Amino acid sequence: MDFLTVIQILDSTVRLAIPLLFACLAGLFSERAGIVDIGLEGKMLVAAFFSAAVAALTGSVWLGLLAGIAAALIFALIHGLASITFRGDQLISGVAINFLASGMTVLIAQDWFSQGGRTPSLSGTGRFNSIDLPGANALEAAHAAAESPGMGLSAIYWELLSGHTILVYVGFLAVPITWWVLFRTRFGLRLRAVGENPGAVDTAGVSVVRLRYAAVLICGLLSGLAGAYLATGLAAGFTRDMTAGRGYIALAALIFAKWRPVYALGACLLFGFLQAVSNRFNVIDLGLIEIPNAFVLALPYILTVVILAGFVGKAIPPRAGGQPYVKER
Amino acid sequence: MTALTKFLGAAATLALSAGAALAEPGLVIDLGGKFDKSFNESAYTGAQRWVEETGGDYMETELQSEAQREQTMRRMAERGANPVVVLGFANTSTLEKVAPDYPDTKFVIIDGVVEQPNVQSIIFSEHQGSYLVGMIAAMASETGTVSFVGGMDVPLIHKFACGYAQGAKAVNPDIEIVQNMTGTTPAAWNDPVKAGELTRAQIGQGSDVVFAAAGGSGVGVLQTAADEDILSIGVDSNQNYMHPGKVLTSMTKRVDNAVYNAFEMGEEIEPGINILGIQDDGVGYAVDEYNEELITDEMKSAVEEAMEGIASGEIEVHDYTSDDSCPVM
Repeated sequence: MDFLTVIQILDSTVRLAIPLLFACLAGLFSERAGIVDIGLEGKMLVAAFFSAAVAALTGSVWLGLLAGIAAALIFALIHGLASITFRGDQLISGVAINFLASGMTVLIAQDWFSQGGRTPSLSGTGRFNSIDLPGANALEAAHAAAESPGMGLSAIYWELLSGHTILVYVGFLAVPITWWVLFRTRFGLRLRAVGENPGAVDTAGVSVVRLRYAAVLICGLLSGLAGAYLATGLAAGFTRDMTAGRGYIALAALIFAKWRPVYALGACLLFGFLQAVSNRFNVIDLGLIEIPNAFVLALPYILTVVILAGFVGKAIPPRAGGQPYVKER
Repeated sequence: MTALTKFLGAAATLALSAGAALAEPGLVIDLGGKFDKSFNESAYTGAQRWVEETGGDYMETELQSEAQREQTMRRMAERGANPVVVLGFANTSTLEKVAPDYPDTKFVIIDGVVEQPNVQSIIFSEHQGSYLVGMIAAMASETGTVSFVGGMDVPLIHKFACGYAQGAKAVNPDIEIVQNMTGTTPAAWNDPVKAGELTRAQIGQGSDVVFAAAGGSGVGVLQTAADEDILSIGVDSNQNYMHPGKVLTSMTKRVDNAVYNAFEMGEEIEPGINILGIQDDGVGYAVDEYNEELITDEMKSAVEEAMEGIASGEIEVHDYTSDDSCPVM
């Protein structure tokens, strides 16, 4: 295995990790405020559909992105309405959102485009094209031409860092921003408090309902970015159920990361890396033993279970998670 | 239950005797939808051709959900449609249950085997068609590596992969073949993002022609191939138009011919298993205005020769599903 292969796997890791990262941070905001959200999958799916559909109709990926985020926000509001205002069961509301998204997207796609639940393929300005960092192409050409030993390292720049869509860089930026908002602002402190002990927040005269709505809406925004990246960044259009369980993997990553933003980045990169490795090798030969790639694919779930069982550290969810807040009984 | 069966049987007999004089063929379009650019659309095209050429009429319904299979089949039979054509292996178990209740109605299932006295099962020799496109792929490849992206890891898809590998090896015994499956669950048919990522990993391993037999995920393969400037091969329908000049050819499965012939035979259709291979024009490769510059005369003559060889039995293409193994992989 040469150096370039390693870089290519890492490059693939970045692409696979970004949708997970957006969804994971989305779940982080929501769960930190005490709203369990298994509707991430559904929100990503509606965002994927509306971003691709609007981009296909208008030819502008930016309008598509806005439409995707708007759709995810509306679904987030539905979840908020059910679980905050009406104090319904958050799990059931999340499941309902997933089903609604799965059925609705195909139905509308069929009605608008008559292509068996797909949107037309996007091209040109209809999708996020990869950005080549300055000098990346020149370096790649130089690498191909010359076989000097020092040139290999340049692959880190032209293969790994360059050639991603803008949303990838936004995704990485979202991690420190999330950290700063949650741990360095008054809003973040209150948001975390509302997930641990909403009664105390209420006693301090801060509205629990407003804080939780804010968290759910931020969750909608981020899952909208996740969906839009899938449909207009990685793929070129929407296909039925194209999120393929990424919302649930993001939830696993969230537990794995113990509800912390920087750990979330690590967890998503690890999960993405495991996927990239299993994509690249059908069988991983470690000399003594051979590991089938199905095992590598299952590793994220195994690791999550191990962490949940408390073998390695402890994953303690926000204490008020899943419980609707009732002011007075 | 018996009362119900009797009642339904009686209803069927009534319907049959009423409509015996004007039995029309019936077509049940499967879940992908009439305009899915692939399997179902091909069947629809065949039915339309029959209408144009014979001036006849046929009944058609489009399934909207998994739960409607049985109901739709029964209603077709009760309305006097004969033969009733159903599409896709997902119908196998339902048809096995429904067919005995309507002994006077003929059923045709495409891509599945149902052993009932009034059912014709149509199977395509996908391995033969894949052999042809494998040859073309090997001749078009400059790197000496070609690849395959499958949908769900099922024997039918290995049948495609194995035929493809045999064709490629027939042209160039030293050729490298990289094979990946998108997943092990039905979600693998609709994950263009992962399929695209697999394609990128294959390109990293040197592949410059990729064959996609992955349902909806195939869109991601063709898109990535076009983005990364390598050649791709479509499947089922002629998909050459999707990225003109980038899709080398398509392995066509003539579902339209099968439907046309079934309609043409009408009630006289023979029960049993009907295998459509190269000699029956059941499978083949597509050349049209979008790819004619990619297909050289040398390729054409080699493939025509192989087609004759397969038809005469001189070249034997191994069918993966016959013994669940592939001699060349």
